[in-house]
Amino acid sequence: MKKTGIAIAIMGLGFGLMSGGVSAADMVVKLGHVGPLTGSISHLGKDNENGALLAVEEYNAKGVTIGGKKIKFEIMGEDDQADPRAGTTVAQRLVDAEVVGVVGHLNSGTTIPASRIYHQAGIPMISPSATNPKLTQQNYAGVFRTIANDVQQGGAIGKFATGTLGAKNIAIIDDRTAYGQGLADEVEKSAKASGGKIVAREFTNDKATDFMAILTKIKAQNPDVIFFGGMDAQGGPMLRQLKQLGINAKFITGDGACSGEMLKLAGDALSANAYCTQAGLPLDKMPGGKDFKDRYKKRFNLDVQIYAPYAYDAAAAMIEAMKAADSTVPAKYLPALKKINFQGVTGNVAFDDKGDIKEGAITVYQYKDGGWNPVD
Amino acid sequence: METLLQQIVNGLVVGSVYALVALGYTMVYGILGLINFAHGEVVMVGALTALQTLLLLMGIAPDMAPLLKLAIAVLVAMPVCMILGFLMERLAYRKLRNAPRLAPLITAIGMSFLLQTLAMIIWGRNYHTFPQLISTDPMQPIPGVFITPVQVTIVIVSALVMAGLILLVTKTRLGRAMRATAENHRVAALMGVDTNAIIALTFVIGAALAAVAGVMFASNYGIAHYAMGFMPGLKAFTAAVLGGIGNLGGAMLGGIVLGLVEAVGAGYIETMTFGFLNSSYQDIFAFVILGIVLIFRPTGLLGERVSDRA
Amino acid sequence: MNELIEAVPFLGKRNPRLTKWLIIIVALVAPLIAAYFGRSWMRILDFALLYMMLALGLNLVVGFAGLLDLGYIAFYAVGAYTWAFLASPHFGVHMPFWIVLPLGAAFAALAGIILGFPVLRLRGDYLAIVTLGFGEIVRIFMNNLNHPVNITNGPQGINALDSLNLFGWNLSQSLTIGDFKIHYLYLYYYFFLLCVVGSIIFIKRLQISRVGRAWAAMRDDELAAKAIGINTRNMKLLAFALGATFGGVAGGLFGSFQGFVSPESFSLMESIAVLTMVVFGGMGNIAGAVVGALILTALPEILRHIALPVQEAVFGTVILDPEVLRMLLLSLAMILMMLLRPAGLVPAHARYSRPELLKGGA
Repeated sequence: MKKTGIAIAIMGLGFGLMSGGVSAADMVVKLGHVGPLTGSISHLGKDNENGALLAVEEYNAKGVTIGGKKIKFEIMGEDDQADPRAGTTVAQRLVDAEVVGVVGHLNSGTTIPASRIYHQAGIPMISPSATNPKLTQQNYAGVFRTIANDVQQGGAIGKFATGTLGAKNIAIIDDRTAYGQGLADEVEKSAKASGGKIVAREFTNDKATDFMAILTKIKAQNPDVIFFGGMDAQGGPMLRQLKQLGINAKFITGDGACSGEMLKLAGDALSANAYCTQAGLPLDKMPGGKDFKDRYKKRFNLDVQIYAPYAYDAAAAMIEAMKAADSTVPAKYLPALKKINFQGVTGNVAFDDKGDIKEGAITVYQYKDGGWNPVD
Repeated sequence: METLLQQIVNGLVVGSVYALVALGYTMVYGILGLINFAHGEVVMVGALTALQTLLLLMGIAPDMAPLLKLAIAVLVAMPVCMILGFLMERLAYRKLRNAPRLAPLITAIGMSFLLQTLAMIIWGRNYHTFPQLISTDPMQPIPGVFITPVQVTIVIVSALVMAGLILLVTKTRLGRAMRATAENHRVAALMGVDTNAIIALTFVIGAALAAVAGVMFASNYGIAHYAMGFMPGLKAFTAAVLGGIGNLGGAMLGGIVLGLVEAVGAGYIETMTFGFLNSSYQDIFAFVILGIVLIFRPTGLLGERVSDRA
Repeated sequence: MNELIEAVPFLGKRNPRLTKWLIIIVALVAPLIAAYFGRSWMRILDFALLYMMLALGLNLVVGFAGLLDLGYIAFYAVGAYTWAFLASPHFGVHMPFWIVLPLGAAFAALAGIILGFPVLRLRGDYLAIVTLGFGEIVRIFMNNLNHPVNITNGPQGINALDSLNLFGWNLSQSLTIGDFKIHYLYLYYYFFLLCVVGSIIFIKRLQISRVGRAWAAMRDDELAAKAIGINTRNMKLLAFALGATFGGVAGGLFGSFQGFVSPESFSLMESIAVLTMVVFGGMGNIAGAVVGALILTALPEILRHIALPVQEAVFGTVILDPEVLRMLLLSLAMILMMLLRPAGLVPAHARYSRPELLKGGA
């Protein structure tokens, strides 16, 4: 009997015809995950997928029974290449495969168009890392995120720069991606509101390696703080070039460059002048962080990059909601998901009426002793 | 003033890298009339091979002098790129030498993406940290203007390589054969030049220069990854056209001018356009220059060759 | 159509009439077959039709007129953004499709002429690289024109584009007739199919017209074409403008179908992908563009479903992921096609498109 179940499940995988109603002892329930598994930020995409996978595997190991049946969760991982069009195609593929929920996508740029397809299909989605405020402003009932959005993060950065660091003059750089630009705009707003002056607003792109020209221009404005909205692949070299130009301003980046990769790429250019922010708490300070780190390392033999715990919590939130509603049918467990309230790896997971995480804490980190350390 | 000087220094450094890569484009274009789109990818292969070598060396001989390590890495990267250049010419371009112009061009584009994909398979998609074995601690030759030893090295190495290449092309028998082949394959062949060998050699020399450029580039920025060659490649091609395609001195001049325009342009465009344009348009300069040069002065700054070959 | 018929292996030459009906039937029932495998395949088919339009348009420029355009996707972008400006909440304008589509086509044609004028004197490689630059410039402007005045909304893109509304009939809503529900992806499929068929008929007429013959003459020998009194300047401009028109229409349809446009969708890689479709199918040949677009849109998706399980079964892990496979496929298709079969998968047979002439010396 079990064999038939698996055989049908395999057929379902092959043809995307999975009906969900396998009447075997183990019922297979599929959750989708989408992130870029190819391209320059594929390490982050894989990290997210691993996070969701870990959650599912642990719940499977513990054993979940819903509607009297033992449930075996599976992750159907898709690659959106960080490209909006590929994002909608794979979203459609997940809808076809009748996944009951989606963890993803990673980038705001792909998540926003894909959310429309999930919304039309009535499938809940939780993004572990798309921070663009527009995502939840669309007022789709089934759209959530486990990470604080850019309004919260940008606001915190602006206040931190003008308040804690006492900056008067601030320079802002963004990488002209939906993420980088969105965050930089929020930082600009918040810094201005709290009395800072934006002395330079410069731009680069997400494939650039040379920032000497814009940094030289910024240097002439003599800022106290330079903020960069973008990813670690640019943030690292940028920090090196700041040093090469003898700029001593403090350097802050958002969550996109608040990674272990950033530490490697910036190398010895890192100093106590380097700060970054991360939505939520640091891995070590997350309620379940230390333990998560070990479990993750043990399972994948990799270090956690950035968002894996949020992907873990996103998958966990869905499973918890299904348990609460005693159903894996999207329309039935969605109300439970809206009201979900549990202790996840990253902290307390509960959503406001827009679908944003309620306790979206922002932590500022400073470089110290070879790593990012939270600033109190 | 310091800012302007600093931008000029920035431009010179970037420009030297462009120039080094542009030499490879201009040689191949001069001799075959072909834009070897994949040349930028040879730069990338050079950088990543050197990185691989360095990582290996650090494993087996951690105490070796840094500069010696770098030298060994370059000496490994060069032959690898030379073989790659040779294979590219032999397998992909030679058969199409007399085909219509579109054919080798399309092959070259395909080759560029093929190499990127292969590099992605071999080295993965992540950005890699490239050890900065030449110091990157800034010096101030003029107060307020910063330059690092690695940047000085880049400028000097490009100048030396360039001088060597000009000597090779103008003073040696081999150089004469190359010039003859560029002028006219058939006549050169009738004069006893083995044009196939000469063309292959041109690719090999260009690839060796690309390997050096790749190591320089990676050492300067401290990173290497599979797509690092494409944009610099395009810009280097622009530099070659700007200087006058087929002209070695022109490639050098074009590279430097392009580097300067990009740095100074990114620094001052906002002021010059009253805030309408800004540094986000930095990548446009190369293309605009390319268009303007090709339309109004197809021979470039120094070129003598008529664009009819295009 | 004849070329397409001949392209069908075995049957094509033996029984053209049967083949013709077969092609028509397959085109009509294709979405039903695709739906059997899942709706994502219908979406892929819809995209394949859009790519067909693009490939047909680029084929005009590259295959017919012999002008290698590496920035073709820019016209697609112009069409898509026209739709976004005139039919979305972005500016609060919601014009009907019969205004927006022609306007998008017109703007794209205008962009084609703007590109065409300066590059008239350029040929071959130089033309290729300048058009590549043009494509990048358009993309960079789309990405940055949110400052000082917000026109394109920058990298955030424009969301919630109006869907196609045919005189009150909204194509993005599934049609319900009694108990029978037709999914919106079908509606788009048949509408796109209509557009592709229309394009094919138009291009077919164009190819054997005076203009098509002039292009062929110009492509094969520009000097000789000039000598027999062809105004090569106007012919080149016409090629750019007409080619761009198809890109513009396809772009508008893309915008309405996707509901979201952002500059990321119009990268250089897209231009290259469309060019590969033309090259792969056969330059200068309508059937080639259609077949090339279909195969190169569908094959990577099919590979995704076949190659991954195979790799997992053989190696126990995925060594080449789908995007790598797609890149490998595209780049190898370009290189090998040029080396082994320069005329493409479906070599042109029609009058005035003689690829064997292309083989002459440079």
